[in-house]
Amino acid sequence: MAEQAPGAEEPVPMMQQLLDSPFLLLLIGVALPTVLYIIWGVMEVVAIPVAQ
Amino acid sequence: MAIFPPAERVWWKEPVERSEVIWVTLALVWALIMFFMMPYWHFAGEQNLSNEAYKITPDAYAEKVEAEVEKYTVREEGDTGIPVVRPPAGGDAYQLGRLWEWYPIIELVKGQSYRFHLSSLDWQHGWSLLPENINIQVHPGYEMVFTVTPNRVGEYAVVCNEFCGIGHHTMVGKIYVVEK
Amino acid sequence: MNGEFRTCPDTGFKIHLPADRLIKWNAVTSVVFLLVGGLFGLGVALTRWPEVHLLPAEWFYLALTAHGLDALLVWIIFFEIALLYFASAVLLNSRLAGPKFAWLGYWLMLIGAAITNVAVLRGDSSVMFTSYVPMKAAPDFYLGIILFAVGALIGCFVFFATLYVAKKERTYEGSVPLVTFGALTAAIIAVFTIGAGAVILVPTLFWSMDYIASIDSVMYKVIWWGMGHSSQQINVAAHISCWYAIAAILFGAKPLSEKVSRTAFFLYILFLQLASAHHLLVEPGLSSEYKIFNTSYALYLAVLGSMIHGLTVPGAVEAAQRKKGFNKGLFEWLAKAPWGNPVFSGFAISVVSFGFLGGISGVMMGTEQLNLITHNTMYVPGHFHATVVTGTTLAFMALAYWLVPTLWQKELVLPGLAKWQPYLFGIGMSLAALFQMGAGTLGAPRRHWDMTFADATLGFDFPAGVYLMMGLNGVAAVIGSLGAAIFILNMVGTLLFGKPKVPAPAAPAPEEPVAAGPVSSYGSAGTMAVPGTFVLAMIFLTAFVLYYFVNWNYLASVWGLS
Repeated sequence: MAEQAPGAEEPVPMMQQLLDSPFLLLLIGVALPTVLYIIWGVMEVVAIPVAQ
Repeated sequence: MAIFPPAERVWWKEPVERSEVIWVTLALVWALIMFFMMPYWHFAGEQNLSNEAYKITPDAYAEKVEAEVEKYTVREEGDTGIPVVRPPAGGDAYQLGRLWEWYPIIELVKGQSYRFHLSSLDWQHGWSLLPENINIQVHPGYEMVFTVTPNRVGEYAVVCNEFCGIGHHTMVGKIYVVEK
Repeated sequence: MNGEFRTCPDTGFKIHLPADRLIKWNAVTSVVFLLVGGLFGLGVALTRWPEVHLLPAEWFYLALTAHGLDALLVWIIFFEIALLYFASAVLLNSRLAGPKFAWLGYWLMLIGAAITNVAVLRGDSSVMFTSYVPMKAAPDFYLGIILFAVGALIGCFVFFATLYVAKKERTYEGSVPLVTFGALTAAIIAVFTIGAGAVILVPTLFWSMDYIASIDSVMYKVIWWGMGHSSQQINVAAHISCWYAIAAILFGAKPLSEKVSRTAFFLYILFLQLASAHHLLVEPGLSSEYKIFNTSYALYLAVLGSMIHGLTVPGAVEAAQRKKGFNKGLFEWLAKAPWGNPVFSGFAISVVSFGFLGGISGVMMGTEQLNLITHNTMYVPGHFHATVVTGTTLAFMALAYWLVPTLWQKELVLPGLAKWQPYLFGIGMSLAALFQMGAGTLGAPRRHWDMTFADATLGFDFPAGVYLMMGLNGVAAVIGSLGAAIFILNMVGTLLFGKPKVPAPAAPAPEEPVAAGPVSSYGSAGTMAVPGTFVLAMIFLTAFVLYYFVNWNYLASVWGLS
């Protein structure tokens, strides 16, 4: 792919492809905070020990 | 223009102007400095809120506070006779929040450390130590334990700064810090 | 099919008529709620002005609850739905997908907002915007918010569906415009926001109806702030899109670099929502690892995104102005900007106030340990009045000065007053935010009816500075309210009595007129250096660093805690 025939379309870089995919971004943008913020946070609350 | 699609089909590979590159680099360095300040303060700083906490019923917590009041009350204050409790230096000090008071008043010795316990018997309250301006959220059902080391003698107020109903603005408690 | 479109005489965009109607109705409704929320806000500010102390306690807490809901949620989300439809259907020259669903969303939002407002006005649901359990509101309080959120979610899906339709029907070439990408960022954050809201508010509704015995208060707070804070991150993404749009409309400015600006939005998509942890830094039982990672938006990478926008937005304006020949010295481009045009002055004040006041204060108080000296003090409303009012609301107002005359094709009724409006509102509310932060630094509590503790058993004497600041806050809020009133009057007056507008291209680009379509060249190869903006950015960074460490110094002086 590195060698392009003259006139052939330059391939779109992967990062641009990612930024051009709204539904993939939606998936990432919902999954990441759900795991890192909500699920992690809820696990911490659940793990608080009971007082003696 | 930002309201039209990019004119170039592939814009990812376009060169970036120098001042933008410098700014992004500076901003990244600053972001990392700010990030590492927090763990750094855990080692080097004196003010870190402990995360020690326990689930507890309001009744069980009220019992702990009453036991303290019975054992260590030194005098009573105000029209309603609020007990002033002087827990042993290095020991445990218990205070509770309820509609609409912080109970009891606590007397601490300057420079001594105490394991300070906080919980609420009803709604959430905001423990705001003034004029020190230390602010901690107090939940019902959770007992927080943190170590305090008062560094100045004086009369401190504990003002509630979490809305807790119509009497919220009357919810004020006290902490005294005295010389040995 | 073509009968369903009209061509905008100002911009040349093909506007889908159902989208046109939806944008208009959402925008009008938002302004009505701005009026309602603003009036409650004025009542709050006048009550906290010690010499005035306007409302009795019950009314104060009621007004504060309503102010939060209407100004922070309803006004902003209605306007954002209008923006989403604009950034998808209009900017992509596409039809709006499923206008019927969009109307369903609109009505759900309207009915939900009305139900919650009635619950609050009834007086039995003065639980504040945050409605922390175990304080209980009437069931319809939660029900209204849930309906509103479902409506907004439908709006987001209409936006996503429109992106899909536009791509499939090839109404544009290549990537979506940067403004649409920013709107996409806002919509993604909105989906997470509403999801988190549903997870916590639905059980809370059942709890208020006694079907569930109890809701854990810490758990509530973790999940609720997934909604409460993220909803404000929707605003950030949306108003930054507005900034880019205004730079393009007024100056024909193109982004310095598509890659850098889009990457900055991508950092938002990844990390901005983690900042919900700002509200959990002094709560029981959460580990420092959790707090530090989340409150810093993962190593402050979302702050990096904001700092990038802080350079690229004014940088785009500078580059465009320099192309027009305003090349003298560092700041001729800025001095020769149209300061008498409310679209520009509103935009400029919004950028500066959001960055300097809102941004710096937010990062400071979202630091794990520094939160100890700010949590629940007046510093918190000070911060978010700088972000949400002088940042978001002012940016939306600025865009509305262009959007409303353009969409309705009517002249503003009060153009003279409009010139002054952004200054009155922007400077008034910036000062209000500053005075609130000042009072908070001295420990003044937020959400508090009487700082004199007149009828309390024990009391505390706040220093005179606190009373002075809260008084000045009242004065500043009155000035800001005057600005808001002029805006609302202007908008409503224009819709009702505005004379037909002479079509004028709104965006004379440096090289070619906007109406010529998507042909402007791109990328920094063609852009000029932006030394003026860089100097401004360095001033910002210096202020940021100094203020940040001043507060560590303050923290180091208080009681030892461990």
